[in-house]
Amino acid sequence: MTNAVLTSGTSTLPSTSKRRRPHEEVASWFLVAPAASLILLLLIMPLAAVLGLSFTDYQLGARAWSYVGAANYAALANDPVFWRSVGNTATYAAIVVLGSTGLGLGVALMLGRSSLLTQVWRTVFFLPVMGSLIAMAIVWEFMLHPTFGLINAALGLVGFAPVNWLQNGDTALGVLAVIGIWQQFGFNMVLFLAGLSGIPQSLHDAAEMDGAALAWDRFQLVTWPLLAPVTLFVVVISTIRSFQVFDTVHALTKGGPNKATEVLLYTMYAEGFEFFRTGYAAAIAVVFVTAMLLLTLAKVFIAEKRIHS
Amino acid sequence: MTARHSKRRRAVLGPALRHATLLVLAALTLLPFLWMVSTSLKGPDEILVADIHWWPRNFSAVENYGAAFRMAPLGRYLLNGALVTATILVLQLVVALPAAFALAKSEFLGRKALFAIVLFGLLVPYHVIAVPLFVSLHAAGLLNTYAALVTPFSISVFGIFLMRQFFLSVPSDLVDAARMDGMSEFAIVWRVMAPAALPAISSFAVFSVVAHWNDYFWPLIAVSSDALFTPPLGVVAFRNDDAGTHYGPLMAAATIIVLPLVAAFLLAQRRFIEGIAFTGIK
Repeated sequence: MTNAVLTSGTSTLPSTSKRRRPHEEVASWFLVAPAASLILLLLIMPLAAVLGLSFTDYQLGARAWSYVGAANYAALANDPVFWRSVGNTATYAAIVVLGSTGLGLGVALMLGRSSLLTQVWRTVFFLPVMGSLIAMAIVWEFMLHPTFGLINAALGLVGFAPVNWLQNGDTALGVLAVIGIWQQFGFNMVLFLAGLSGIPQSLHDAAEMDGAALAWDRFQLVTWPLLAPVTLFVVVISTIRSFQVFDTVHALTKGGPNKATEVLLYTMYAEGFEFFRTGYAAAIAVVFVTAMLLLTLAKVFIAEKRIHS
Repeated sequence: MTARHSKRRRAVLGPALRHATLLVLAALTLLPFLWMVSTSLKGPDEILVADIHWWPRNFSAVENYGAAFRMAPLGRYLLNGALVTATILVLQLVVALPAAFALAKSEFLGRKALFAIVLFGLLVPYHVIAVPLFVSLHAAGLLNTYAALVTPFSISVFGIFLMRQFFLSVPSDLVDAARMDGMSEFAIVWRVMAPAALPAISSFAVFSVVAHWNDYFWPLIAVSSDALFTPPLGVVAFRNDDAGTHYGPLMAAATIIVLPLVAAFLLAQRRFIEGIAFTGIK
């Protein structure tokens, strides 16, 4: 189902609609006018404004501002906090993408053929996708509490010393990544389940007849190659979602301790809405959206290459 | 012989191992939810201790949930959340459906350009344009209003895209017949296409409601007064208050805020999972 939506972007129009009728033309303009004007007002113009602001020293509330050329970008390039932020975002994304894709695929494979029990599991794994992340982040914070937390209490039972998970620079980012995996893998599981249901059982049977006796052999021979487009899709959207990590950082660590969990959106938020350095925040936004676009282009490129090779 | 023997053993062991693994994973997945509910039922003296017990010894549900509603206007937050989420969804549908219909079933000047812009819009996370949106709402004096919470999301390029894809699959004969009957394009959208598109509309509704009920980034920027807080802002404000160390009431508040979507999900699981998978592109 997901793939149907994704690939039908270039469908041709039915022939009957090709004929241009003046009456229909005018009516169509009326139909698209609200959407087109809102897109212009709330998407295109703000995007142009972000780009424009990134070349100014505008500060929110300031009366005067001036054009500063690429100064904001030059400052970014020399800003250790920004680079820390880029590095942390990449690390976080790498852990979450690997974890939530692997776990999502693993669980989808284990669920296998549908039964009542399967539906119960599926519901359970999907629950974190539905729960408000910010409320659940506060629950996680409580579970991670250094003295009264469930996690340290459980680890204490097997002899581990308590850890101050969110205040320790070595663990904070990893803990946030675990929360990210917990929240996202059920979503990936659903996408993998949809992909798996599209692989005919007969292919597995054929592979078994051809000597692929072990489930692992059949996975390598049939499932993995046929699932490749879904896997690519899952990896790309997981990456995009991970790059947008903000809620848990803002609620639990504020980028700390000592910038250990400083991530791109949080840096942009802090610059733009706490320090009111609007021009600088806009430059970060431009870098951020460029990264998003490159990611999507990379996906299209890889997908095209797969088809043509 | 041995091969068959081991195969049979695997056939028994396999599923058992599989379900054992799933059971462990499910328990870990549910852990935060269960701990949240368990804590929300415990008395203060049994929360700030380092031992693990799940069942409250001193059952304090009434105290904790009562305190949650007394310490913060939780009812107000929930109402704000419902109002904002519903308004956003209605606006998105009213704007997106006619545009999606025109993009799918009509030929007009600028159709290709508009669709290209819609596709491009899909790639832009709204966080990126938060700065200029904030600046213009500030200039318009609209910050800290319901309008600030709703306006940026009145357009959903994703809604347009999703509905257009669905409308492409509706037979053109249906549209042509309606046109022959002299129905206006506007009437075709709302009286012919919208009813046919109910499955896609409900998928989109699930996607939109989940996204905006749980959204934290934009409300954080757009409003500052307590009276306009949506549930995510409310629960964080609660935590940041003095009340934040009263874990019983805090977990009760978190439970109340998580509950509406989780309950809706449990009641209509298939619709939700399909809705989210169908709209997986975002």
